[in-house]
Amino acid sequence: MTVHELAAACGFEYYNGKDLDAREVGGAYCCDLLSWVIGRAEEDAALVTVMSNPNVMAVAVMADLPCVILSEGVRPDTLALEKAVQNEIIVLSSQEPTYETALKIHQALESKK
Amino acid sequence: MEPIILTFDVNGDDFSVAGEASSAVKKHLKQLGFPPDLIRRVAIAMYEGEINMVIHADGGVATAEINETGVKITLADRGPGIKDVNLAMQEGYSTAPEEVRNLGFGAGMGLPNIKKYSDDLKIETELGVGTTLTIQINM
Repeated sequence: MTVHELAAACGFEYYNGKDLDAREVGGAYCCDLLSWVIGRAEEDAALVTVMSNPNVMAVAVMADLPCVILSEGVRPDTLALEKAVQNEIIVLSSQEPTYETALKIHQALESKK
Repeated sequence: MEPIILTFDVNGDDFSVAGEASSAVKKHLKQLGFPPDLIRRVAIAMYEGEINMVIHADGGVATAEINETGVKITLADRGPGIKDVNLAMQEGYSTAPEEVRNLGFGAGMGLPNIKKYSDDLKIETELGVGTTLTIQINM
């Protein structure tokens, strides 16, 4: 399932990247500690976090993650958004908490199997 | 291929832009056609090292030496040095300040992550003088 298909299936909105080519998503990694994310997230994992600073985008780039999903309706700060645009990172918004967001992702991925 | 050497000044003032050297090396490796797995390992290890330089040492100099067998990254700072390297290598041990933790770092995973993604990690450190990490990542 591509990031765009996932966004449509889960009702996530876009902060950035609606027109970008989307990679495949194989799962999710839910964490706000960025060193855990960079050390543990699989390459095809959507990052679900409430962290919205520029370092989140840098971590997404370094770890080659297909997208960042900000849960709880958190908005990216200006610098983070600039970094996302500059590095072509798809940034999505979920109004729900991290757990419910991850559940939705899981259900969407399962329904595609 | 002739070795390619890239050198960067890592700015210690601004945590929010940390990672520019790692990002530049990553782009370079992509252009050179290196395999994605190697590029990812280099990017992660170098980024963690760069972040450490900004958090603990007010910046420093980062060098990446690229040849056909892999990438050697050298991160040299003039920071306070690491008091106990064995302790610093343990997951979860951190001396990072509160404001850094609030940004999602300082979880004590930096050096363990570098070790995990590299083939060889050498740490030379002297209290009050500085620290140099030499990280080798092979094809």
